[in-house]
Parts: sequence; structure tokens; C-alpha cells
Amino acid sequence: MKLKDTTALNTLKAQSLALLENRRVTNPITTPDAQGKPRHIMVCGGTGCHASDSPEIAKHLKEELDQRGLSDQVEVLQTGCFGFCEKGPILEIHPDNVLYVDVSTMDVVDIVEEHFIQGKRLERLLYIDPDTEKRFASDLPFYHNQLRIALRNCSYIAPEEIREYIAADGYQALAKVLFKMTPSSVIEEIKKSGLRGRGGGGFPTGVKWELTGQGEAKQRYIICNADEGDPGAFMDRSILEGDPHSVLEAMLIAGSAIGAAHGFIYIRAEYPLAIHRLQIAINQAREYGLLGEGILGSDFCFDVEIKYGAGAFVCGEETALIHSIEGARGEPSVKPPFPAQQGLWGKPTCVNNVETFANIPPIILRGAEWFSSIGTEKSKGTKVFALAGKVNNVGLVEVPMGTTLRQIIFDIGGGIKHHKIFKAAQTGGPSGGCIPTKYLDTPIDYESLISIGSMMGSGGLIVMDDSDCMVNIAKFFLEFTVDESCGRCTACRVGTKRLHEILTKITEGKGTLDDLDSLEKLSKIIKDTSLCGLGQSAPNPILSTLEYFRDEYLAHIVDKSCPAGVCKSLLKYKITDKCKGCTLCTKHCPANCITGSVKEPHIIDEDRCLKCGACMEKCRFGAIIRH
Amino acid sequence: MYNNPLIKDPYQQLDDYIDGLPYKKENLITILHHAQELFGYLPDKVQWHIAQKLDIPSAKVYGVVSFYSFFTMKPRGQHVANVCMGTACFVRGSEKLQQEIESQLGIKTGQTTEDQLFSLDSVRCIGACGLAPVMTVDGKVHGRLDNAEDVKQALAKYRPETMREA
Repeated sequence: MKLKDTTALNTLKAQSLALLENRRVTNPITTPDAQGKPRHIMVCGGTGCHASDSPEIAKHLKEELDQRGLSDQVEVLQTGCFGFCEKGPILEIHPDNVLYVDVSTMDVVDIVEEHFIQGKRLERLLYIDPDTEKRFASDLPFYHNQLRIALRNCSYIAPEEIREYIAADGYQALAKVLFKMTPSSVIEEIKKSGLRGRGGGGFPTGVKWELTGQGEAKQRYIICNADEGDPGAFMDRSILEGDPHSVLEAMLIAGSAIGAAHGFIYIRAEYPLAIHRLQIAINQAREYGLLGEGILGSDFCFDVEIKYGAGAFVCGEETALIHSIEGARGEPSVKPPFPAQQGLWGKPTCVNNVETFANIPPIILRGAEWFSSIGTEKSKGTKVFALAGKVNNVGLVEVPMGTTLRQIIFDIGGGIKHHKIFKAAQTGGPSGGCIPTKYLDTPIDYESLISIGSMMGSGGLIVMDDSDCMVNIAKFFLEFTVDESCGRCTACRVGTKRLHEILTKITEGKGTLDDLDSLEKLSKIIKDTSLCGLGQSAPNPILSTLEYFRDEYLAHIVDKSCPAGVCKSLLKYKITDKCKGCTLCTKHCPANCITGSVKEPHIIDEDRCLKCGACMEKCRFGAIIRH
Repeated sequence: MYNNPLIKDPYQQLDDYIDGLPYKKENLITILHHAQELFGYLPDKVQWHIAQKLDIPSAKVYGVVSFYSFFTMKPRGQHVANVCMGTACFVRGSEKLQQEIESQLGIKTGQTTEDQLFSLDSVRCIGACGLAPVMTVDGKVHGRLDNAEDVKQALAKYRPETMREA
């Protein structure tokens, strides 16, 4: 069914509105058919919940509802990510406005019985705030300080149904762009909004569009960069899984503004669910005439093709990505020429990140002024962070720019796991740095993060507590860059390897104070002489930890100890006088280095100790300590 | 396994696939993805075949195959286990998890067990940070693997004896 014009789109929207009528309505729970319309169970189908068997839960729910004869009154739908991954699998019931957390297939019978037959809330599946022990059915503290623009439809609509997207104002921005705006006014609007690239660099999106649209060219291309390689970031994946049409719509808008007829989505092959939903979305958009020729009756033609990445972090860099789409090794090339001048197959190409695209339709519909009223002076709008690590509420969080780390980690994230002490937050992935406690109240935007030695990156935010060794974290990131350096520039190829070697030396207790100078000197050289962002930012994890956690490096080098108790070579195990001589530890020691007679305190031979910790785990009296 | 007359020769399948593509050389990576699906891995012979078919130097094919970590030139076990080495999993103990799996399977990361049942690899963030530390086996995510018993149970699901029972 091709949509011939805007009227057809609006008619379809009017018809589809019923699909969403039940949602986001605050309504006290009454009887099953209170409204005479089917109620909706939205089962989270995001990555985390999907991995915890949410499709099984959905299947069981359908079967149970069927058996109880309720299948015409209650519909089960799979959505995109709710963001609250910590408590997954999650499901929400509309219009009752009830959110159940930590659901398993075993709970299905109870949900149907109590919620739908008896008409009362299943108290044990409600979220309980660990501090106040208050139960929440809706309006969870996790969502309080959030503003969802890029994630607006994730968890709200069923991503595999284009009519739901259309009912939620989908493709209205496209219609506005095609019939009420000129390409230059679209670009002007995006420029005015202050939207900057969400992939890491923070380049103004409108300027990028303007540059790509300039000059004479027979062909131009739009590329959506969905090669989310930053370990610990999964917002692009969640947007593609939860709201794929918003990205397609934004690519169409970009295409019409720039004068491109062809788009590519470059996505990691490791994201099968995102690819699956994206393919469904593309097929549906083609079926409704929203991709292809003469879109909505205009003379605009545009089509989109999916290209798979093959596991190379450097392909997130736009020139490397373009080479990869061309079927070559994903090595970056010198800029200029910029892709906006000579990109894919030598033609002007605009490369934007998934999250950047997801912001476009709301900007067009609600206007640049609205968007630029959110955020800080230089960074407008919101940013999605993948909050993970030692924090209570792991998940996807979207907050206005300028929100502080403290608000994100403590108010939204619920603080540090197991009441431990906050030590650092890592942003920007392997290109970023570790931010210490003293900057917890810094409002976050592109500039402020750079000024404190980190960067926005794609939005990974890893929280660390006092049991994380910062030298080891720096080593972890360097291991990553050594693996992922494409090998083109010597400084990056050889330099990162040398940095990694020095860090390994330090974590093994063999470091010297000269090593710290070598780290700093080498880091600066690599930053100055690498071609692309990967090399230029690879030393950041070292430089920031050296600046803020120098005493930890010194402890490793001078005292030969690891304050966090992580670096194995520096650990020492000792048996205290709490030992009852039960001999359990001697039986479990793989090195046979514990000696002592029954009922007498035992001793560990430190020279032969492998530092595996097996004795400490097995001891029933807490007599073995690590220091 | 390809002697079965009902199964089409994989080289023929690959050729058919390539013939159906509008662009050939530009789709090298797509073709390699498809070839790896058909053969399970990309040995020299397959790379050579693709180079001939596309009329490009086999060095170029090798260059691409060796560049991307998704492609493998060694045969894989029946089940491929990947330990997530993303930062979120790392700070929640993925190094320990990796060692535990290595010791339970008796192989190192990057190797395949002697009975060809498991291959072990690592992967960078699969986006299931809420379940950290995680491992995937054949794409299925197993999360919150905090101790040896959790790992044992997750791996057992893929052993033929338990699969038969199931």
C-alpha cells in the first residue's frame, strides 16, 4: 500500500492512532475490560532483556492469555529498550500504567491471574527503591531527571510495526520537509538547532549537511554510522532496535536537504537483532512508498541499503568506514579532502551517527528554537549515556546536556553498587579518560569533558569503585587500542604497543619512576603524529589516570602494591591467627604452598604462591587476608 | 559433509550468490560474510576462489580477511563461545570469567577444543551491560556468570549429552 501523498499519510495516521490510544494514560487499574479496548502488555525487547529470555516471556504470556480466554482483551507486544536494563526483563501494561521488573517466565501465570483476572497489581514484581523501600508501579526515580528525545519511541511503540511509528507522528517531519520547506531552510533549521554529532567528535550536523550539499555533483550519499565499537556503549543499537524508522526518516530528510538519492547504514555484524528490525523497517517503508521513487507524491527518490561491518573499531572513523563500504580494508585516509567533498566512491558524502539522526525528526517538527532551549551554551539537546559498571541502575539514560555526573550516577543510577565508594567515571571509551570525584559536579557537555581530560565519545559511561585499579584500567584500554590500531601509522601501531608494555611492567611490579616520564612523553608523540582519531586519542586513558590517580601508579612502582587489590603479581596472601587449622586451604591450594599441622595455624609460602585466591575463597573462618 | 547430493556444492552456492549481486568488487565484504556462513571459515582455497571470481588479486582478499576480526581463517568448533571484553563487563570481572572458561574447556582464547565442540573467542561489548559479565554461545547471551558453577551450567547446555536429554 503506497502512500501517494501527505493526505494518505495523515489518513493512515488517523487510522493508526487507535494503536497507541491506550498508552501513556494514567488510569487506575479497574476491571479487565474497563475501556472496552484491548490492553497492551509491552514486553521489553532490548538487548539485555532479549538476552534474559523476554521473547519467551512474551510467548508464554500469549499462551496463558489464550488459555484464559483473554487474548482478545489483552495484546502482547515486543518493544525496544526501556533503558532500565538493571531490572530486566521489564514489561509495562497499558493503560494501567504499571511497570513490572525482574520478570521471568515463572511469573507469567501470576501476572495473568492477579493483574488481569483479579484486577489487582502484582506487588512482588513492582520496583522497590533500595533506599526508601517504597514500591513504584510507575514514575520510577530512574526516569525522573531524564528527557527522552532520541529514545522517545523506544519502549513506547512496537518497532516492527510501521503504523505505530506513523501514529506517533512518524514521517510527519519528512512530509514537512518535502512540501513545506526548501533544502536550504532545512539545513538552516538544523544549524540553528545547534545539534552536534553524537558519535564522539561533536561536529555541528547542520554545517556538515551544508558542506555536503555544496558544489556540483551528479551523485551524493548519506551514510548512517551504526558501527558502534566503543566497548560499553549500546545506545545506537537500542535506537535501531527500538525505533528504526526514526533513523530512516532522518536519512530521508538529510537526503532531500543535501540532494542525495542513496543511503547506506553501516552496522556491526555483531548486532543481529538490530539488523533484523532495520531490515523489517526498510521493507515496510518501501511497501508504503516511503523509500523508493516519488516519495509521498513528490519527485524525491531515495533508497537505503544495509552494509555490514566486520569487527574493526577503526571503522567508526568516517574515512575508514567509507573504505570499508567500498569493500576494502578499513584504514583511515588523510583529511582533507573531507568526505563532504570526496567521500564514498569519490562523491560528496554525509556521515552521521545513529543518535544524531534520531534527533532530526523532532527538531524539524518542533523547531530549532525548542531544541536549542535544551542543554548548555555550546552543546544543545540531550545525550544518551550507557550507564554501566559498578552502579546500581545499569541502563540507558537520556539527559539534557549540562546534567552533572553526580545527577546521572547517584540520582538516576541509584549510586554505587554494594554501598562502595565512587572512585572514577570513565567516558568516551578507549578515547576518553577517567573522571575523579572532584569533577562529579561538572555539568557535562562536549567542551567541559575535554577540559577535564576526557571526552563525550559515543556516550559510554562506566562507573568504577575503590576495588578498580586505575593502572589496570588504563592497561585494559591500551590493550584494546593495540588490538584495534589498523597499523597504518607507526606512531599508533608501535607506540600503543610500547605504552601497553610499560603498563604491563608497572602492574607486574617491575616499573620504575622513569617509566612514568616515558609514558607521558610517548603519549604526547602518539597524539601529535597519528592520522586519525583512534591514535590521537589512544593515550587519553593513560594521561587522565596519570593526572588524577598518580599516587596509584606510585604505589605500584615504589611500594610494589596495588591499593585496589587487583594486580595479581603485587598481591600477598597471609594467614592470620584466626586460623583454626582445619586444613581446608591446603587441600585447595593448587601450588601446595600452604603448610601446617591440624588444629595449628597454617603458613603460606609466598615464593611459591600463585596468588589465585583459592584458599581465601574456601576459608570458613575469614582467616586469610589479601594485602 | 558436502557429499550429500541433496546439498548444493558450497562453491556453486557462493558463485550463484555472487552472480546475483549488482556490484561485485565493491561487495567484497558482503561476499566474505556470506562465504563464512557457507564454509564456517575462510581458508586460502575459498579466498582464492573469490579472488578468481571477482577478478581481483588474492592479496586484496587476504588483506581484507586478515583486517577484520569477524573473519576467521581457522575452522571453528561446533559452538562458538565469546566472552564479552567490553569495559562494563571488564570492571565486573570478565577477566576472571575468561580464565574460568579457559580452564573448564582446557583451551586458550582463540583456540578450539580437541573434540571440535567449542571455540573460544572474545568480543567487544554486545550491549548487555546490565547482565555483566556475559558470554555468548552461538549468539545466545548468558549473563551474570559470577562463579564457576554458572559457567559450567551455561556450557553444559551445549554438550551433546545434555542436548539429547533436553
